[in-house]
Amino acid sequence: MKNQYETVFIATPVLSDVQIKEAVQKFKDIITENGGEIVNEEHWGLRKLAYPIQKKSTGFYQMFEFTAEPSMIEKLEIQYRRDERIIRFLTFKQDKYAVEYAEKRRNKSKAEKEN
Amino acid sequence: MASNQGEIRYLTPPSVEIKKKKYCRFKKNKIKYVDYKDPEFLKKFLNEQGRILPRRITGTSLKYQRKVAKAVKRARHLALLPFVTDMLK
Repeated sequence: MKNQYETVFIATPVLSDVQIKEAVQKFKDIITENGGEIVNEEHWGLRKLAYPIQKKSTGFYQMFEFTAEPSMIEKLEIQYRRDERIIRFLTFKQDKYAVEYAEKRRNKSKAEKEN
Repeated sequence: MASNQGEIRYLTPPSVEIKKKKYCRFKKNKIKYVDYKDPEFLKKFLNEQGRILPRRITGTSLKYQRKVAKAVKRARHLALLPFVTDMLK
């Protein structure tokens, strides 16, 4: 039974653009390989952190929304923990209100992009 | 004794705060989901030190107060909101 999940992770600001893209691509592949299907992804870029994490005060934020089997989440999290470029991550299951909200948010951002 | 009691005149009239009926903003605007990704909205529920305001101040109902608390804690985990600060609101 597939659930809709949302995952956000922060990468260290030390990385160059190429490395960031490669890291994002790596996690995108992990999701798609294990039977996940990405619904939406957002790259918030370099943002200031509210408090220093590992002595760094900025970080690259990346967000994925995907539907996947519950068993797959554990694999994804192991990869997060193993990869030292990722300094923090959060995955959470979207309940029906969250799915609705995400839907509305996507249409709104698409509408903004058009006009 | 009681007579001069009555004669006390206040310099400024004691301002009785008109009691504003508090309402739960989530029920009123039909908001069903509190998103942890936009800190601006969550800041309305934090005081200057970055702590979550109690229900008696914000007037939100229990169900939505729990959702707000969970969203704030997730935002703090992702460093979108500070744990403790003296931020000027």
